[in-house]
Amino acid sequence: MTTTADRPAQEFKVVGSRPIRHDGVDKVLGRAQYGADLKLPGLIHGAVLRSPYAHAVIKRVDVSRAEAATGVFAAITGDDMPVTAPKMVDMVEEVTNLKWSSQRVMAHGKAVYRGHPVAAVAAVDQNTALEALKLIEVEYEPLQAVISLEDAMKPDAVIIHDDLEGDHLGEKVSPTNVAEHTRTEFGDPEAAFAEAAHVIERTYTIARAHQGYIEPHSSTAFWSPDDKLTVWTTTQAPFGVRSNVATVLKLPLSDVRVVPMEIGGGFGGKIGLYMEPLAAMLSRKSGRPVKMTMDRKSVFDATGPGPGGQVTAKIGVDKDGKIVAATADIRYMAGAYPGSSISAATAGIFACYKVPNVRIDAYDVVINMSKTAAYRAPGTPQATFASESLISELCETIGMDPMEFHLLNAAEEGTRRPDGPVFPRIGNVACMEAIRDSDHFKSDLGESSDGKLRGRGLATGYWNGGGNRSSVTISVNDDGVVSLVEGNPDIGGTRTTIAMQAAEVFGLPAHDVHPTVVDTDSVGYNDLTAGSRTTYASGQAAIEAAKQVVEEIKKRMAMIWETEPENVEFEASVFQNKVAPDQRLTFKEAAGKLGQTGGPVSKTGTVNVRGSGGGSFAAHLVDVEVDQETGKVQILRYTAAQDAGKAVHPSYVEGQFQGGAAQGIGWALNEEYYTSPDGVMQNSSFLDYRMPTALDLPMIDAIVVEVPNTNHPFGVRGIGETSIVPPAPAVGNAIADAIGTRLYQTPMNPSRIMEALANKRNGKNGH
Amino acid sequence: MHPFTYVAPRTLDEAVAVLEQHGERARPFAGGTDVLVQLRGGRFDLDAIVDLKGVPEATALDLNGSLRIGAAVPCYRIYEDSAVAAAFPGLIDAASLIGGIQIQSRASLGGNLCNASPSADGICPLIVHSTVAVVQGPQGERRLPVEEFCTAPGANVLGRGELLVALEVPAPEKGFGAAYQRFIPRNEMDIAVAGVASALTLSEDRATIASGRIALAAVGPTPLFAAKASAFLAGKPATPETFAEAGEIASTEAAPIGDMRGTAEHRIELVKVLTRRTLAIALERAQSNR
Ligand SMILES: Cc1cc2nc3c(=O)[nH]c(=O)nc-3n(C[C@H](O)[C@H](O)[C@H](O)COP(=O)(O)OP(=O)(O)OC[C@H]3O[C@@H](n4cnc5c(N)ncnc54)[C@H](O)[C@@H]3O)c2cc1C
Repeated sequence: MTTTADRPAQEFKVVGSRPIRHDGVDKVLGRAQYGADLKLPGLIHGAVLRSPYAHAVIKRVDVSRAEAATGVFAAITGDDMPVTAPKMVDMVEEVTNLKWSSQRVMAHGKAVYRGHPVAAVAAVDQNTALEALKLIEVEYEPLQAVISLEDAMKPDAVIIHDDLEGDHLGEKVSPTNVAEHTRTEFGDPEAAFAEAAHVIERTYTIARAHQGYIEPHSSTAFWSPDDKLTVWTTTQAPFGVRSNVATVLKLPLSDVRVVPMEIGGGFGGKIGLYMEPLAAMLSRKSGRPVKMTMDRKSVFDATGPGPGGQVTAKIGVDKDGKIVAATADIRYMAGAYPGSSISAATAGIFACYKVPNVRIDAYDVVINMSKTAAYRAPGTPQATFASESLISELCETIGMDPMEFHLLNAAEEGTRRPDGPVFPRIGNVACMEAIRDSDHFKSDLGESSDGKLRGRGLATGYWNGGGNRSSVTISVNDDGVVSLVEGNPDIGGTRTTIAMQAAEVFGLPAHDVHPTVVDTDSVGYNDLTAGSRTTYASGQAAIEAAKQVVEEIKKRMAMIWETEPENVEFEASVFQNKVAPDQRLTFKEAAGKLGQTGGPVSKTGTVNVRGSGGGSFAAHLVDVEVDQETGKVQILRYTAAQDAGKAVHPSYVEGQFQGGAAQGIGWALNEEYYTSPDGVMQNSSFLDYRMPTALDLPMIDAIVVEVPNTNHPFGVRGIGETSIVPPAPAVGNAIADAIGTRLYQTPMNPSRIMEALANKRNGKNGH
Repeated sequence: MHPFTYVAPRTLDEAVAVLEQHGERARPFAGGTDVLVQLRGGRFDLDAIVDLKGVPEATALDLNGSLRIGAAVPCYRIYEDSAVAAAFPGLIDAASLIGGIQIQSRASLGGNLCNASPSADGICPLIVHSTVAVVQGPQGERRLPVEEFCTAPGANVLGRGELLVALEVPAPEKGFGAAYQRFIPRNEMDIAVAGVASALTLSEDRATIASGRIALAAVGPTPLFAAKASAFLAGKPATPETFAEAGEIASTEAAPIGDMRGTAEHRIELVKVLTRRTLAIALERAQSNR
């Protein structure tokens, strides 16, 4: 279903239609080549020995017996890594200590998370490599593991990195586990709270949750004798991998070529380096291409989930329910190295509202678990669980309808986001109204037949989305079909959505544009597939390239028609001579004449899209049923409304809304790292890391709201991430509505719901 | 993974001989849905895997009043046999629950029992059906009640060279009914946080319980026969009050730990609830079993 809040003036032919995806047949037939499918002559297989301890000094690593084993070609340890000394550098994703970037992928002297690579081998086959790992001798001296905010931040905390210099409100602090403390302030929140009619403050705890992509990481590397390195890997960021591998391995950037393989889900978790440098070093030692593929346990132990943490939020309202002030204290556990998206959390936590007085403190804290990574709207679902749960409770306390509260306080064009930027035209109110007008909102909750409790919850969410750099090259074939070459691995159908934007310019059917994702030597620079930027920004590069192609063909037509290029018009896929209107050729006919008029036409569009993706807001509504005897929660009905600006391919937009909702429901109900006190994850399998299955979810209704983005020629907004922001608080609010008491912690699993119900019976509340 | 040999004996004696020869370094293999996963997960190394699917006694499914389930018979054969399904709905509760359709096409109740997981879904229903495990070994055959089969998490009574041949389920008496339920936070592909199997036999008056059996999953080191709760049922009226009290008693027999799948307190509550719920279903089935 699509609601057009404000119909754009533009009429589209291709954009907004639902063609079959270009890569569909390969994927359905199992022909698509994912990371682990790669076969090369002479390929050998690597395996990683990982630290069983979350925190330990590595006193000795001896790989000699492994290296000598039959079938083993090479072994490496931290000593083989080129960079081991501290140095601050600007990596693609962050400013970081180069030593850490190197050590994150291979420990040197110290293991700082369970699963930290300590050594690696390459052998004739995977089993031989795994067996060889058993021959490696490692002497550890276990240290106390720091795995909670409390342990990490206490005055006499065990320090994870001696050389971590914290930035605490601009002051350099060392030693510390707090990498960063930032503050955003505007107005005078304390004065406003003092005058508020009602003030509410609560603390929420959010569990670390993994992206749970189906495809485990897989990387292959070949270090050729002329010191040129090729890396085939499953990544969202081939150009990022290129520069980061080059930095960590001290290679010239252009001597590294990265071939992105088809990707089986990423959600932000396939941006950083993992095995690429190890495969490269093993290849260098063995002279063979080396493939390394993780098992699921390693994916959980040693790759980056989204951070868990604690958020305290406070909101004051006047007698009409208008927000007068809000403050927050956000503490995220970054994992073993700094970087837990606290700035996005700061931007997102109150973004849906007009907040005249605000202060947000945020802390980035290191602990002995694998470094967290981006996970769909990084940092924002956690903070929003706090703000949207708090607002629901506030509405309950002051007796105000949440929908009314949202509409009264909603941020709109011209509202200053708490951290500074002023919103352009946005769809915040339009999404709320779409929910208000939905069948779901108007429907009755109904009653359960067997004494179960039902409830309904509402929550909003926001993600800004990125722009940045993209390059797309378009070449015209004689038959009028065009090939389109791009550099963004296709996670969410972006081959098609980028191709469709070019097709729109040409007036061609989507399938007359053939998109291909190529390696880093074969296309201009592209930033990563992330930040909801790909359809939005790489789409603009495609539009740019397509426009150049049209201009060039106009020149060619002018040659044929012996007129000036200005006289050639292009509309509805037809070139026409303004001066002699019977001179007209369709795009396809014109394409056949390029050879005789100056040769092939091939154009590259490059963009550096400044500013944001326009911001995509969402509102989600959910009905749940709680079995008060067992604590089980069933999701009965779910509706997600979100602003797509202009939905290029509505089915994929709906898919993104549904996928984000499904993941967010997982955060809400069951997903967590269940960790022993010494930092060992106990549930590192899909059996016990309980993501929702198809049987746990209803069909999620998607309402595509379209408030055009003024920053994009077709009005497109990046939409991939916002959908994971509202679900956890929406589900939490629905549970509270059902059981009459609130949980302040994710996941809201059956044991915790039973505990909350027992507390309620005993007159205790959870905060 | 340590390289191992695949052995496919054709007779029980052959199977016993290979198992005896290798001892700890060999394991029988029915559906493989536990043993292969554990092997790949590095839980143990083996020199031989002994596939029982070629051994006739282990793959036969015989209904003759009583039911004899070969140790390697996959779940789907049990629930797709309409006569078996009609006579033993309490066993079907488990056979149709384990894993999903793919798993059920391989997984056996024998493997479920031998794997001896405290949270196994198949074992408690076998216990409340008073099932006997038939074991073959170098010294010949021995038989024991299923509730005595598991000794600790992942451990059972089988000695060197011994294997489970079949499970013998007595013919249900008139007025017998049984049911199994487990609690999982999701709706499939999950391991029981707690599970309860209940069975009862109604007296002639069809209102009094002549005898009952209750068994508990995932609340102790092995699947537990709840002796006190079972004994309590005898002679009681088949009412919700009786079932609730049986649940209370059963919960005192449970000895759960708290772990990633649920807290100990939650498991105790679940035993009460699931005992009530399964007894109610067992009663319905008993009433229709004239
Ligand atoms: C995805 C998935 C989902 C699952 N879901 C469930 C579930 O919902 N509930 C549940 O209870 N289990 C579940 N399991 C576990 C498993 O499927 C069951 O325990 C199944 O019943 C095992 O049967 P099998 O025939 O595959 O056993 P196998 O793996 O062949 O054997 C299991 C063990 O018993 C031994 N063994 C097998 N046969 C004999 C014999 N005749 N004599 C002596 N020893 C023997 C083997 O050596 C091995 O140690 C699941 C497993 C998977 C992979």
